[in-house]
Amino acid sequence: MSPRTPARRLAALLAPAFVLLLGALPAQADDNDYVAIERGRYLATVGDCSSCHLHRESPYAGGRGIEAPFGTINAPNITPDPETGLGRWTRDDFARALQQGVSRNGGHLYPALPYPWFTRISREDSDAIYAYLRTVPPVSNAVNRDTLPFPFSIRAVMRVWNGMFFEPGRFQPVIGRTDEWNRGAYLVEGLGHCGACHTPVNALGGSRRSQSFAGQALQGWYAPNIGGSSYQGIGEWGVDDVVQYLRTGANGWTRASGPMAEVVQRSTSRMTEADLRAIAVYLRDQPGRGPATAPPALAADSPRMRTGQAIYVDNCSACHRRDGQGVESMIPSLASNQIAVQAGPETLIRLVLSGSRPAATDAEPTAPAMPAFGWRLNDAQVADVVTYLRNSWGNAAPPVEASVVQTMRRQLAARGE
Amino acid sequence: MTRRLPSTDVVVVGLGWTGSIMSLELARAGLNVVAIERGPWRDTAADFPPATSADELRYAVRQDLFLRPAQETLTFRNNISQNALPIRRWGSFLPGNGVGGAGVHWNGHTWRWHPWDFTHRSSTIERYGADFLPPDNMMQDWGITYDELEPFYDRFEYLCGIAGKAGNLRGVIQEGGNPFEGPRQREYPTPPMRLTQAPTMFEKAARELGWHPFPNPSANMSQAYTNSYGCRLAPCTYCGFCERFGCGNYSKASPQTCVLPALVRQSNFEARTECQVTKVNLSADGKRATGVTYRDTSGREWEQPAEMVLLCAYQLFNVRLLLLSGIGTPYDPRTGEGTVGRNYAYQITGGATGFFPGERHFNPFVASGSEGIVVDDFNDDNFDHTQVGFVGGSSVACIPTNGRPILNRPVPEGTLRWGSAWKRATHENYNRTASVGIQGSVMPYRGAYLDLDPTYKDPLGLPLLRLTFDFQENERKLRRFGVDRCIEAVRAMGADRVIRNEITGPYDIVPYQSTHTTGGAIMGADPKTSVVNKYCQSWDVPNVFMAGASLFPMNAGFNPTGTVGALAYWAVDAIRERYLKAPGPLVPA
Repeated sequence: MSPRTPARRLAALLAPAFVLLLGALPAQADDNDYVAIERGRYLATVGDCSSCHLHRESPYAGGRGIEAPFGTINAPNITPDPETGLGRWTRDDFARALQQGVSRNGGHLYPALPYPWFTRISREDSDAIYAYLRTVPPVSNAVNRDTLPFPFSIRAVMRVWNGMFFEPGRFQPVIGRTDEWNRGAYLVEGLGHCGACHTPVNALGGSRRSQSFAGQALQGWYAPNIGGSSYQGIGEWGVDDVVQYLRTGANGWTRASGPMAEVVQRSTSRMTEADLRAIAVYLRDQPGRGPATAPPALAADSPRMRTGQAIYVDNCSACHRRDGQGVESMIPSLASNQIAVQAGPETLIRLVLSGSRPAATDAEPTAPAMPAFGWRLNDAQVADVVTYLRNSWGNAAPPVEASVVQTMRRQLAARGE
Repeated sequence: MTRRLPSTDVVVVGLGWTGSIMSLELARAGLNVVAIERGPWRDTAADFPPATSADELRYAVRQDLFLRPAQETLTFRNNISQNALPIRRWGSFLPGNGVGGAGVHWNGHTWRWHPWDFTHRSSTIERYGADFLPPDNMMQDWGITYDELEPFYDRFEYLCGIAGKAGNLRGVIQEGGNPFEGPRQREYPTPPMRLTQAPTMFEKAARELGWHPFPNPSANMSQAYTNSYGCRLAPCTYCGFCERFGCGNYSKASPQTCVLPALVRQSNFEARTECQVTKVNLSADGKRATGVTYRDTSGREWEQPAEMVLLCAYQLFNVRLLLLSGIGTPYDPRTGEGTVGRNYAYQITGGATGFFPGERHFNPFVASGSEGIVVDDFNDDNFDHTQVGFVGGSSVACIPTNGRPILNRPVPEGTLRWGSAWKRATHENYNRTASVGIQGSVMPYRGAYLDLDPTYKDPLGLPLLRLTFDFQENERKLRRFGVDRCIEAVRAMGADRVIRNEITGPYDIVPYQSTHTTGGAIMGADPKTSVVNKYCQSWDVPNVFMAGASLFPMNAGFNPTGTVGALAYWAVDAIRERYLKAPGPLVPA
């Protein structure tokens, strides 16, 4: 994508006026505007719409349960089906949903639709996505949209929530920053909605902007710190490392697993190199969050470390090697992988218990899997081996207790993982 | 009722090495490809993760990855005067089952066959005269030369990341490699594997005997490797669970590690597993395949129409499918006429086991399927056969593939097979026993062939394949000669007790010997004596192409997979570059 030119900014400014005049008409002209539709398709990929709105018959027919802090919300059908999808929505309705979190009928949406980020999307981009969604085959799929418990089932509650946490407004380029940086900011803070997972939320589900990108436990994983910290974040990564990770799902530091594997497969691996680079430039410019330095590592000769090492040698070292270096671009290194030292050990624990299948992309089709060990290691053994790798080869992070593993095991069982 | 499906460009029968390679190459050329596989989908992560894959009872003893006789079996006899009977348990050879085929559970020995193999009849006559050929032989040249196949050997080796040492680079003999091999355009993709003690001793002994030892070319990785499809392999951990196992460490080249990750990303490719193709359908005049008929596990019958059919099943089942479909003329051993089923061949095996005195550290549990040392001095025509009185030869190798606890119990002859004496003997000998073995060529003979059994049928009511085979005097001499070399080697290594491993008597289909069955749908230059032309295209039905060891007019003293892979690339190259531009016979009949 090209950086936003002055002409485009002008177009974006004029768009609302244009819509005021024509907004009541259905958006028929767009159906034949190949350029806008293709742009919309690309933007829908950037926004990773299909990860949530996925359905077995269409990437956009909805029904998938999205875990939110107060319950599971089913993603709606956004195909142009008139009865069960967006068939009757105008481009204004669509823009209002993305930018203000308000549905066509005036009801409030929940931030499972990441409108606190999408509010920054330009009207031009919103219209392009709308134009694209008009072209996907309509699928009749009625989705139960009222699954939250009381009092969250009352959508008007969101008016209060919005008053407390929602800052509406289009993206404003920062003067003095490069076009590339601003493009990155637009993507990361807007359509890409990285912070929806990577920025911790408060008790009411509002993002703690002061802790942007510091990471948080989410959906049985720990969305890692992607701020500038050298300890837990991506402070040591170069721009190329970030681009490689997003494009291929793997780099010399780590590989994408879990929800991020989906993001890579459906979204970032299909983005342009220029957009990935812009994202990388912006992310690499973020301040460090979380603790700036590591705590002292546990002593290697402490009992738990020795037990953990014995378990590691027997179960892990064949692939990850005795020195924790793994195999480049294949078996992740544990020695230089920030996942090992995140504030929350959820990802590490679940990788040991249930294994995982990383992202497979055109550039990295192999996606070597981590096998499950939960069937043969008990909670104490998992806790010890995880503690060992959090405190070996230069890593340092608080030890993990068996009770945490036990909780995780229960959660995974409840999720059917 | 047969349900007819929408037509596709290519239907591939069997999704092993050749099926996956040809599917990917043709899908990348833009064709819609449907692969139909009798067995289940198999995947490293789901089916053999390293935490559970090293299960000797499940995979080696109970043969979890192999074809079940209930799915398909065959009838067997030693010669045409006998009545063939169905075998109730696969033994002498073990056909694979499922996606990846034998490429899942192989040991990974990846050879180029010698230039001599492809012209073995004419070259033998030229050197020794026509009288030197064994009686009743059906030896014939392949219709293709090593030089034509060389670029495709190279492609397969670089697909797999084969670990080895070149012995002949563009005609220049290389120190440390096989000096008898045909010229290769470049070095192996990765260096040889590391050696344990027994093959190290064999290498030294072989040199002392004046032989030319070199590292076994291995599809188990000596280091990480990425192939041109972007598929990655990790270094082998020498766990010793290769043969009969899927590799959980992504360390063994297989369709799973080398091809399928790229293939499944092709939106114009589709795999249908647990579906058994029963017939290639032909047009009314029998000159064109219109697709295939297959059954799913619920017994429903489907017709998949296609513009082209590739038969990529295991050697035996490719031949059976031709016979069931009426493609080509069945071979008749009485008249010597007909082509389908002729030139069935096997390999002949044997060797010597040595028990070594004193403190030894053979550590056989540190192993891979291909880690070891080979001598090629007594193979094919690498030595003067004038005095030995046989054609062909064998490789001689020390490749300790495993030290697994159930089946690897080396004890001296005469030891009780149970109880404390057996345990004590295992303890004493486990770490100081080593074997050297041969893998010998087998020539084709008039009475060794495949046809449809007149009596026995499979659960679908279709006749079983009948195998008629015995070893001939030429091969027995070859084996005796080879086993003698093994005994020399084991003694030179310092063994004080040696067991001669040589099965005598008629060929016995019960004990495991080798899964390298060959022939039955052979390639050649003459439609009267071959089933397919040099491009692996059916002489009779030109939109049917064949792959695999059924193409081989004879069997050599090396494992077949390298040649199977090279021929798959050779054939798919001919399809893509020549057939698709002008569909029809690539060689005038």
